[in-house]
Amino acid sequence: MTLTLNITINGAPHEIALDDPRATLLDVLRERLGLTGTKKGCDRGQCGACTVLIDGRRMNACLALALSHDGAEVTTIEGLAEGDTLHPVQQAFIAHDGFQCGYCTPGQIMSAVGLIAEGEAGLDPERVREGMSGNICRCAAYAGITDAVLGATRASGTRTGDERTDA
Amino acid sequence: MNRFDYARADSIGAAIAAAGAPGGSFLAGGTNLLDLMKIGAAAPERLIDISRLPLDRIEYADGGLRIGAIFRNADITRHPEVLARYPALAEALLSGASAQLRNAATTGGNVMQATRCSYFQDPLSPCNRREPGSGCGALGGRTRNHAVLGWAEGCIAVHPSDMCVALAAYDGVVEITGPEGTRDVPMATFHPLPDAAGAGAPALAEGEIVTHIRLPDPGGMARNARYLKLRERTSFAFALVSAAAALEIRDGVIVSARLALGGVAARPWRCHEAEAMLVGMVPTRGSFTVAAAEALTGATPSGDNAHKIELARRIAVRALDLAAAGTPDRLPALPASAFAGEDNG
Repeated sequence: MTLTLNITINGAPHEIALDDPRATLLDVLRERLGLTGTKKGCDRGQCGACTVLIDGRRMNACLALALSHDGAEVTTIEGLAEGDTLHPVQQAFIAHDGFQCGYCTPGQIMSAVGLIAEGEAGLDPERVREGMSGNICRCAAYAGITDAVLGATRASGTRTGDERTDA
Repeated sequence: MNRFDYARADSIGAAIAAAGAPGGSFLAGGTNLLDLMKIGAAAPERLIDISRLPLDRIEYADGGLRIGAIFRNADITRHPEVLARYPALAEALLSGASAQLRNAATTGGNVMQATRCSYFQDPLSPCNRREPGSGCGALGGRTRNHAVLGWAEGCIAVHPSDMCVALAAYDGVVEITGPEGTRDVPMATFHPLPDAAGAGAPALAEGEIVTHIRLPDPGGMARNARYLKLRERTSFAFALVSAAAALEIRDGVIVSARLALGGVAARPWRCHEAEAMLVGMVPTRGSFTVAAAEALTGATPSGDNAHKIELARRIAVRALDLAAAGTPDRLPALPASAFAGEDNG
């Protein structure tokens, strides 16, 4: 039996025929749509490399059954930049050297975009680290990642939690 | 992962009807079920997708709250009424999993999540919980995370949820609907305890579904409640031991107390005797030490885990200490952490 998945990825609607309901959102992104920016790390929700925004919320695409997200709007790392202009979080990761090998970086950046939108961590490094704990960096670029998130939060000009800057 | 059929339930009635036939499993957030299916510890023939059921709200009910089964874990931690009146629930949830998982995981799924026993997760090991009658692979194995209360030879696993520990302390009630109608079960006794033969009868009969969690008015305990959790790393780890504590203190004397332990048994472990003992006492470290000793009376190692008994005793004392000091206006940066410093009260 073929099932139909209607899903909007980075603003573009897709109708995808699935002959196997086992496909996760991660599988669909990478194998059906060629959007390989979203990485498969542990495939069990533990590493965060597959983080995307589903209806604006950061989630692990590897534990999202694709069919269960019929009708959803998904943003992946490919959907952040506007033309040649990088998203402020992408710029911050470069400015603060928030990576080494880069494999976890798309997930880190999508998670950071979600974290900043949540507006709860603000400019408190401890809250940023805790809020990013679902993203593992095997190169341990954590210091740069934290600085990048803090830098992007400052640059975003949006709500920064309770505006505290103490740790 | 095994092949399965997929169907979406559009109503609670349709979900119950679909779950009545064998081989079906409810899918909500999927964060636990899909993981178990990937490692072969669960192999349902049919997934009944309940993620669109109209159970995605918090309602006010009888001075308390009624949380829909599809309401997401992260949304509980941001709900103003939860933060104001049930802060230990928010702190418990924030101390578990990751932001991504909390954004997907549901209230009902958290209650129904499977044990994290590695022998349950390994399809090649015997496990009475996964395959009734096959035995317990954990007995005599690597048991440092296993139960010290309420265990039996049939199963020594612990329930992994932090949320359920706080719900048990707050006298939470699980609302269940099934072919026979609706019924209520206290959170503290919802999960079965094992016996010599196995993991105990399932909490839900075939076709039943958790629809809501009801929380009564916390009354005077609202701002004297905390959750504290020891784990092998400070974030994104299951509890070695944890405690939810809430106190109502009037004129320097405890008039009402709540204490529930996590990571020690197959269910959140509510400590009624210790609570009764605290009523009438002055909220001091000495009182809490006496009560915590009572709470761990009867604890026995199920293997190489005697240390958990002392850890649980100490975490109970410190959780009561923190509850007595009062819930901070804003939860600490490291929720439920014993290492949160002065932020922690």
